[in-house]
Amino acid sequence: MEILRYAIYRFGTMLLTLWVVSILVFVIINLPPGDYLSNQIAELRASGQSAGVAKAEFLRSEYALDKPLWQQYLIWVGFLPGPHGFSGLIQGNFGWSFEFDLPVAEIVGDTLWLTVLVNLAAVLFVYMVALPLGVLAAARARSWVDYTSAFVGYLGLATPNFLLALILFYYGHRWFDLPIGGLMDPAFEGEPMSWDKVKSILIHLIVPTFVIGTSGASAMMQRLRANMLDELGKPYVETAVAKGMSPSRMLAKYPLRVAFNPFVADIGNLLPSMISGSVLVSVVLGLQTIGPTLLTALKTQDLFLSGFVLMFVALLTLIGTMISDVLLVLLDPRIRYEGRDA
Amino acid sequence: MTPLLSVENLSIGFGEEDPVVQSVSFDVAAGQTLALVGESGSGKTITCRSVLRILPKAAQIRSGSITLNGKDRAIDLLTLGERKMRDLRGNQISMIFQEPMRSLSPLHRIGNQVAEVLWLHGRKSEREAKKEVLECFERVGFPDPERTYGSYPFELSGGMRQRAMIAMAMVAKPKLLIADEPTTALDVTTQAQVLGLMKDLQRDTGMAMILVTHDLGVVANMAEQVVVMHKGRVMEAGAAEPLLSAPAHPYTQALIDAAPKVPEATAATPPAPASEDLILELKSVSKTYSMRAGKGWRAPSLISACRDINLRLPRGKTLAIVGESGSGKTTAARIALGAEAPDPGGEVIFRPQTDGPATKVHEMNRAARTAFQREAQMVFQDPYSSLSPRMRILDTMIEPLEIHRIGRQEERRAKAADMLEMVGLGRDMLLRYPHAFSGGQRQRLSIARALMLDPSLIVCDEPTSALDVSVQEQILCLLEEIRDERNLSYLFISHDLAVVARIADEVAVMRRGLVVEQAPPEALFHNPQHPYTKALIAAQPEPNIHRPINLKLVAQGAGSPESWPEDFRFSGQEAPPLIPVEPGHKVRCHA
Repeated sequence: MEILRYAIYRFGTMLLTLWVVSILVFVIINLPPGDYLSNQIAELRASGQSAGVAKAEFLRSEYALDKPLWQQYLIWVGFLPGPHGFSGLIQGNFGWSFEFDLPVAEIVGDTLWLTVLVNLAAVLFVYMVALPLGVLAAARARSWVDYTSAFVGYLGLATPNFLLALILFYYGHRWFDLPIGGLMDPAFEGEPMSWDKVKSILIHLIVPTFVIGTSGASAMMQRLRANMLDELGKPYVETAVAKGMSPSRMLAKYPLRVAFNPFVADIGNLLPSMISGSVLVSVVLGLQTIGPTLLTALKTQDLFLSGFVLMFVALLTLIGTMISDVLLVLLDPRIRYEGRDA
Repeated sequence: MTPLLSVENLSIGFGEEDPVVQSVSFDVAAGQTLALVGESGSGKTITCRSVLRILPKAAQIRSGSITLNGKDRAIDLLTLGERKMRDLRGNQISMIFQEPMRSLSPLHRIGNQVAEVLWLHGRKSEREAKKEVLECFERVGFPDPERTYGSYPFELSGGMRQRAMIAMAMVAKPKLLIADEPTTALDVTTQAQVLGLMKDLQRDTGMAMILVTHDLGVVANMAEQVVVMHKGRVMEAGAAEPLLSAPAHPYTQALIDAAPKVPEATAATPPAPASEDLILELKSVSKTYSMRAGKGWRAPSLISACRDINLRLPRGKTLAIVGESGSGKTTAARIALGAEAPDPGGEVIFRPQTDGPATKVHEMNRAARTAFQREAQMVFQDPYSSLSPRMRILDTMIEPLEIHRIGRQEERRAKAADMLEMVGLGRDMLLRYPHAFSGGQRQRLSIARALMLDPSLIVCDEPTSALDVSVQEQILCLLEEIRDERNLSYLFISHDLAVVARIADEVAVMRRGLVVEQAPPEALFHNPQHPYTKALIAAQPEPNIHRPINLKLVAQGAGSPESWPEDFRFSGQEAPPLIPVEPGHKVRCHA
């Protein structure tokens, strides 16, 4: 019951944060002088194409860009009615992309859940690799196991992702016949979901997951190792040994359990760093994630498109932190009972 | 009859170094207690851990044997296979550690951690195990075993946690219990109760015990056999009675002399007429903290850390505040130093010079506060963490002078060297780092640092409780010497009545935020009135085998204030007033 109340409370604060983030995002994308349409109008005027100017002027009023900034914001989010009534993010209208001349929803469409998929796969990869290796390195501290894993880890941290991507593509294709680029066979693009499509996506995921996850996994492994080593020196470990526990069982039950907390708390940080970190990788690998779209949108000052993408990334981050907070409360009684009368 | 455990000719060393334990031999008979006594660094802990083979990785056993004699056969513990060793640990031989706060996992329920011993060894079902654990909890004195079973360690007090540790060690009914300083981290009264419990359990189960301690008072109360260790060697060994009453080895004699004793109750000398030259005065000081009651919008709960404290410290004297952890003694000291503001109505008055102006500690402006900080300094409890490990002694010592912009660099250095000499260290030690000093030397360093600003008032917060008894004695002597030489005044915080007895001119005993009895030490020991004071005195372990701890007296006074005899009882927030029983001797009771 306690936990449910906490989750609801935490969800509430998340919505609040999201609202603040939306203000920030809107201010930031409006910071550079000019916007997509006024740039275009200036360009059209210079070349004397008055028909284009009229269309751009029409779009300006259509999307309320002629209103003061604060009204623009409220209309964008959906707190105020725009020229066509309430139609903002809250109502599910993500706006219009001037660069692509398409609704934002249509442009991002598939890439949204592909982004989530790629990054979830990478997070899973990070945990699956870092957990056993970190524990092993700590348990066999200052032995060849420790040194080897540290060496491989630093290598993973130091290698630029795009380079790793190119190398893996080359050898992956040559030796294992893995596909190059993209997140699915081009034949499936735009097709409805089918078993073959899923299979194709999974095979295409292998290399990107590895590339995006490597550096995160090495960093997390080193952190877990350090935490574990700290815990292994604590008296309660000695107590457990004096009880007659076997080393492996002791390791899993006591120090790992305590060292696990920072590990869980990292979920929140992992998601955003992966999403922003994977932009370059996505461009190099030709992944249909949201990264490349964000890059174009920011470059051309495509107001609604970049605003939406930034909001989406913020949402993922907030969900990540919320999950790790709730998990922490479940895992650590000291947090759970904070403030309970002793 | 063969002893249960015999250790023969044991030597342990690290790397290439000289052995830290050298040819140690002793026997432990079934049902008896053997005490391993020594200062820190004597090798006693390493010796007792070698029995369970839980030594640090770098330690090597160089020679000797440890034999556990079972019903039918003898087991050589040093050559036994790891798997079989695991079967013994916690099952036949179990161990209690020094720090109950840190020896239990913070994330697992107490019941889980204790029952685990049975799961590991008994191959019992979860239900049977739980039943046995609950019985064991009841035996070690938990009022509500079922509740304890589901609690986490941080929900229990230190004494209760140590009881849980004892339950964990006892639940599999081992033949041998090794207790490594089991009560060193506890208050005197809690220590007395835990020791009493261990003795009872031993009588009921007939197990043998190895008690590792630095406190001969504890030894006198617990052990039949004693082994005195110093620098890895056995100095003296034998039955407790003759060893303690007529020690053959000078080292044992020195340990006995250093042990704090409750002074013989001589008739109280009539107190000197109270001097009116007060350096520090606390007037009706109270402090209430409000605790956040948790999530949601419940009203915060109020906790009163200390209530209506009135204390007077005459110039050149020592006023001691004695009490267990949580009694409010540290809060009172923090308020006296201005580190915390008292509740409205209370005030602290400080007079730096005899006829000088008096200032109110909590109504100072910036300049007055800086001046006050020069006059009032503090010596902290833990010499290991109160000196920065990354600063040379010189830098640590001249830092106060830098902050107050006093003197030039050479003068500061010269002063630091003088102060080191004054506390009995060499001038040439200035450039060393703290890690090069022992615990006692570090405490001398923190005293020297406190003296750098030539203060008139020093607050000593348990300055000796982290030290060995022999070192404790030296530090107390040093403090006395300096006080008399420089006409300092001490506010001395301690939980140890025997320590206070020798240094204080007046003692205030605190419990639950209130002063329950206040008198000069002679009057306090000669004629203790309050049940809590009586309990404190009775709980003091002494190296005299004929003066065992009177557990009845301890239990009566150390219980909750609601259970005290009618005259002294608190009812809820209501406490009786503090009234004088003889000149200079006040007790909180209904007249």
